Amino acid sequence: MALEVNGLLHRLAVDPRTTLLDALREHLDLTGTKKGCDQGQCGACTVHIDGRRELACLTLTVAAQGKAVTTIEGLAGADGSLHPMQQAFVDHDALQCGYCTPGQIMSAVACVAEGHAGSDDEIREYMSGNLCRCAAYPNIVAAVRAARTKMEGA
Amino acid sequence: MRPFAYVRAADAAEALRLGGEAGAQYLAGGTTLIDLAKLDVMRPETVVDLGGLAARHGAIAADGSGLTLGAMARMAEVAEHPAVLRDYPVIAQSLQLAASQQIRNMATLAGNLLQRTRCPYFRDVSWSQCNKRVPGSGCAAIGGVNRRLAVLGVSEACIASYPGDFAQALVALDTVVELTGAEGSRTLPLEQLHRLPGTTPHIETELKPGELITALRVPAARWTRRSLYLKVRDRASYEFAAASAAVALDIHEGAVREARIALGGVATKPWRAREAEALLAGKPLDEAAATAAADAAFAGAVTHGDNAHKPELGRRTLVRALLQAAAMEA
Repeated sequence: MALEVNGLLHRLAVDPRTTLLDALREHLDLTGTKKGCDQGQCGACTVHIDGRRELACLTLTVAAQGKAVTTIEGLAGADGSLHPMQQAFVDHDALQCGYCTPGQIMSAVACVAEGHAGSDDEIREYMSGNLCRCAAYPNIVAAVRAARTKMEGA
Repeated sequence: MRPFAYVRAADAAEALRLGGEAGAQYLAGGTTLIDLAKLDVMRPETVVDLGGLAARHGAIAADGSGLTLGAMARMAEVAEHPAVLRDYPVIAQSLQLAASQQIRNMATLAGNLLQRTRCPYFRDVSWSQCNKRVPGSGCAAIGGVNRRLAVLGVSEACIASYPGDFAQALVALDTVVELTGAEGSRTLPLEQLHRLPGTTPHIETELKPGELITALRVPAARWTRRSLYLKVRDRASYEFAAASAAVALDIHEGAVREARIALGGVATKPWRAREAEALLAGKPLDEAAATAAADAAFAGAVTHGDNAHKPELGRRTLVRALLQAAAMEA
């Protein structure tokens, strides 16, 4: 089958049971997308599918054929410059261990694009699908707020 | 996950042909099926992907006669549709308060209606007793950990609660489900789609093998604008209802002309509280009237130890929802 990830078309042979999360990590060596709960409860595997944030752990790879998948590896510019959301997470120290961070950032980019980052309360509500065991939530909210200003100004 | 074959249906006719086979399961958003297949609770032999049906069966349309929602529309799209937000706030709120945005982007409306219970004994195959998972095996939840389980519509075979929010909003608004199957198309009031557990909790709906939901039809009515969904939970977001109430009111000259009420988090199926509706009709809606209605709604509640708090929680939730709806400008 063919799978489009970060603008590149990959050919791969997978068992129908293979989740998109396992295909990314085990077949394409894109290990930025993390496996947390593997049950749709933590958001660590959040990727964009046709521009929408979705969970790679509950997506069958075969069902993602013909769609455009974007992972954390596809967010930075071609010259390596960080996406404003990535830079904001660095600037605001929006993590401790970092395991949930790729999912948080993918979710946050979509949160701003959807128009759901209007206030801190709205950011908290629309980021509730991403859990952080280190509880870096105050700094995550601050990062999303700051990145929103940059993204909307861009 | 056990091995399965994967096929993609091009249209409803092909889906019906493939989905009618023994061992076949439809795949829409996947948020229930893939989760439960990983847990070995669902064991599809063939997964029939309905993704190709989204263009034809995913539209949202509103006119003077009501709202038509395609079965394959995603929760997130419907939650933000201007006509839904303006004229059917209870529907928009039931979707906004459910799951997370990632899941709302994936899950379809029909898949949401058909989601399976979160009863811990159903989801964990290491428990040998679950009449819903293994018919006739018994119920470990009765006498087990059952704080989140149902008090309305329960049987001696099953007390699993229906987990959704959206279905309650639709049941309150007299929604009709459009179905298509091997024997043709038919319609069914949504209230009749889900079955009470009785002695056969493994049979959850009136759907025939392979039958597909194609659309949901919500009739326009005087009470849809003055409507809301109140959801009480253990945590502030991304959580199932401990108790919830979908209410819609038609208030005329200070008195309730008609009320529509459905309850979530407390019942084995999307629960229409008709006794409570009847008590409210023809009277001003004050705290005493709301309390009497809530008492009637939970008169038949049966508790099992850990969930003894549910009737009172459900009553208070309904009272608050009714008073909030009465105070709305609609």
